[in-house]
Amino acid sequence: MNARSATLLAGLAILLCVPYFTPTYFLHLLIQALIWGFIYTAWSMMGRFGFVSLGHGAFMGVGAYVPALLWNYYDVTPWAGIPLGVLLSALLALVIGYPCFRFRVVGHYFALVTLALSQVVMLSIIAARDITGGSLGFTPRAVGNSWYALQFSEKSYFYVIALVLWLGGLAVWRWIDRGIGREALDAISEDEEAAASIGIDVMREKLRVTVISAALTALGGAIYGQYFMYLNPETVSGISVSLQIVFAAIVGGMYDMLGPTAGALVTISLNEGLRVGFGTHFIGAANTIYGILLILCIVFMPRGIVGMLQKMNKPRPSAKAAPAE
Amino acid sequence: MDIYLLEAIINGILLGGVLALLALGLNLIFGVIDVVWIAYADLVMCGMYMVYWLYAGFGWPLLLACAVAIAGVAVLGVLVHVLIIAPILGSAPINQLLATGGLLFFLQSFATLLFGTDFRNLGIRLPIIELGEIYISTARLLAFAIALVGAIALYFFLKRTFIGTAIRAIAQDRDIIGLMGVDQRRIYLVTSAIGGALAGLASCLLLLQYDVHPFIGNTFGPLLFMICVLGGLGDMIGGFVAAFIISQIISIVGYYTNTELAYVLAFAFFIALMFVRPRGIFVR
Amino acid sequence: MLSLAAVSAGYGSFQALFDVSLDVSQGEAVGVIGPNGAGKTTLMRVISGLVPLRGGAMTLEGRSVGGLPAHRVIELGIAHVPEHRRLFPRLSVEDNLRIGAFIPQARARFAEQLDRVYALFPRLKDRRDQFAGTLSGGEQQMCAIGRALMSRPKLLLMDEPSAGLAPLVVEQVFDLVRRIRGEGLTVLIVEQNVQQVLDVVDRAYLLEVGSIKLAGTSSDLKGHEFIRKAYLGL
Repeated sequence: MNARSATLLAGLAILLCVPYFTPTYFLHLLIQALIWGFIYTAWSMMGRFGFVSLGHGAFMGVGAYVPALLWNYYDVTPWAGIPLGVLLSALLALVIGYPCFRFRVVGHYFALVTLALSQVVMLSIIAARDITGGSLGFTPRAVGNSWYALQFSEKSYFYVIALVLWLGGLAVWRWIDRGIGREALDAISEDEEAAASIGIDVMREKLRVTVISAALTALGGAIYGQYFMYLNPETVSGISVSLQIVFAAIVGGMYDMLGPTAGALVTISLNEGLRVGFGTHFIGAANTIYGILLILCIVFMPRGIVGMLQKMNKPRPSAKAAPAE
Repeated sequence: MDIYLLEAIINGILLGGVLALLALGLNLIFGVIDVVWIAYADLVMCGMYMVYWLYAGFGWPLLLACAVAIAGVAVLGVLVHVLIIAPILGSAPINQLLATGGLLFFLQSFATLLFGTDFRNLGIRLPIIELGEIYISTARLLAFAIALVGAIALYFFLKRTFIGTAIRAIAQDRDIIGLMGVDQRRIYLVTSAIGGALAGLASCLLLLQYDVHPFIGNTFGPLLFMICVLGGLGDMIGGFVAAFIISQIISIVGYYTNTELAYVLAFAFFIALMFVRPRGIFVR
Repeated sequence: MLSLAAVSAGYGSFQALFDVSLDVSQGEAVGVIGPNGAGKTTLMRVISGLVPLRGGAMTLEGRSVGGLPAHRVIELGIAHVPEHRRLFPRLSVEDNLRIGAFIPQARARFAEQLDRVYALFPRLKDRRDQFAGTLSGGEQQMCAIGRALMSRPKLLLMDEPSAGLAPLVVEQVFDLVRRIRGEGLTVLIVEQNVQQVLDVVDRAYLLEVGSIKLAGTSSDLKGHEFIRKAYLGL
């Protein structure tokens, strides 16, 4: 066992022990950071290759509402409901992705189509208010402590679930990063036509990463619902959350594995810090600062916080020779 | 014809007016500078607050408040360009999209900070016209008429003035515009100001009909983008026409079912249309 | 009038011009000939300000113009007819001419100058409301030249005016150049069509791989061994 694996295992052990010595309040924050970090990581699997989706709220919304609705109306256990929601989201991603990629809807157009998609999902949820409760939100039926219902009175259970989720997300991220698909996707994001001409199945690669991203986001939405026990169309679908996902991933750095998680930590700390500091006096202050941070990030740190830290840590590269012409 | 259907059709046309004006602004900026201001609807929100505070807060006459708001949002437009767009003009287009998205976040939160989340309105009640069994809101009619005037004014500005011609030209060939003595940066500033002014005008017109709150941009922003993409991003005439088509669809479908479903179907229609005509329905 | 001294320029890490020196005197017509990729277009762009100077100096009527941006250079009286015409395709002919008169001193005399250009190019007047992109090659060239003339320049730069045009049309274009010259305009033409351009200009330079290889009067060059072999196919 080398030093690296040892450190990783030690880190994991520490992470698992956290609930024992953390006050409930911090545990609550940590769980949120893990869940959102997972969702942001899922988004960045697409975002890092230039497939910027402004509509991930659609997937999160579907993933959150489907198991909750099935539970309340048909007593279907989330263990079945969640996979169904994930499947539906994946299907949605396919239905949108296939034509988009087939007809070369990319860049601005793709971003705006995905934005429209998240609007469709959100507006549909609101329109179906008889079933979903509309803008007033939806509360899954609480049954106390139950594995069947995936509800727990002790936060530590959710902590472990969120931790597993988050680690799983990182694993998938790494799998994409290290796999052959990665180079294909890099080539595609650089120049689609050139990539196609050297035999890369552009459609399959793009669809694959889109479906994975959507499915994981849906899963994150589902766990979010199970934990918070309250869903609201504005919070889990629609343009606001879609943008929130994009921005946190970018602020943290979408080209690095831990970047999106850093984004989650930053946003949650900021929110909590300001809430504790100013209470309800300055609602909106957190997001205002966040918005400025965002703009500064895009302008000065396109690779996000983690990207910049990495750049600072790297040794200075030697001067390159002038390319021959 | 069913008299209420006629009312819906008329309302559809009237609703389209302000959206068409905004589509002109967004397409102008995209056509010239090649950026989509994701926060455009939120600039309108800012304008609405400006009018509200000057009129209801400080007691200024309405027309003056509106004039100042139009100028104010024009200035805002220039600031957006100078502070956010210009520094990243060279980088990936998606960065520019995201930067204005960050602006959206900022504007909405800042407005929440300043004004709270309450809905505010001007408290002006304009009369309703009765034509037989149809009711038409004067506010809506007025908004439509003024929006149309604004669009016509923009048309003449672009067609007949030297700067207007330069703006049209730069959208077609950015590289050599300098050869004609046109300072690219100045044109970008002028365009940003005009885009802002159009948003400012729209905010006055919208405040006549609706309440303002920090997130009102989210209610028509996505709709606006959909309209612009349908008409062809950068195509001012296409966007103008698409605005009326979409508001007509929403109005008529809303008449037969309900407004919410109409919006859902409009967006779904848009997504479907994107696959048939990815570059917009009027692509030449 | 225009003087370049040891001018160097390039794009990124690629250098296109090496120590180029040339002069154009008032009223002259001067040509720059050379093969593809020699740097002729870069030379034009450096003079008109689209490409920055990396070394050397450039003066117009004694005043330094190296380093000025394009929109300032035209104010000093240098108008550039770009390679491939570069008209604004979805603007009408008249709008293209209008934009040519953007600078303040031209704007003031717009109507008068428009009449003069239409007198020079009656075909353009017929097509004044037509989209420039729909004109034929020769008409586009006329429009491009007309657009440059709208700024009332002292020096006209023409980048490969014969490119992509049928031989008959090329004749017409060069006839036009003679007429413009006749009105007192100073002209600097960059061309691949050596035969035609040497018949129009007083003097010419040979630019190859970014450097001036030969210079002389047009009759000198027409008689030159190397030119005859390499460029005139004789």
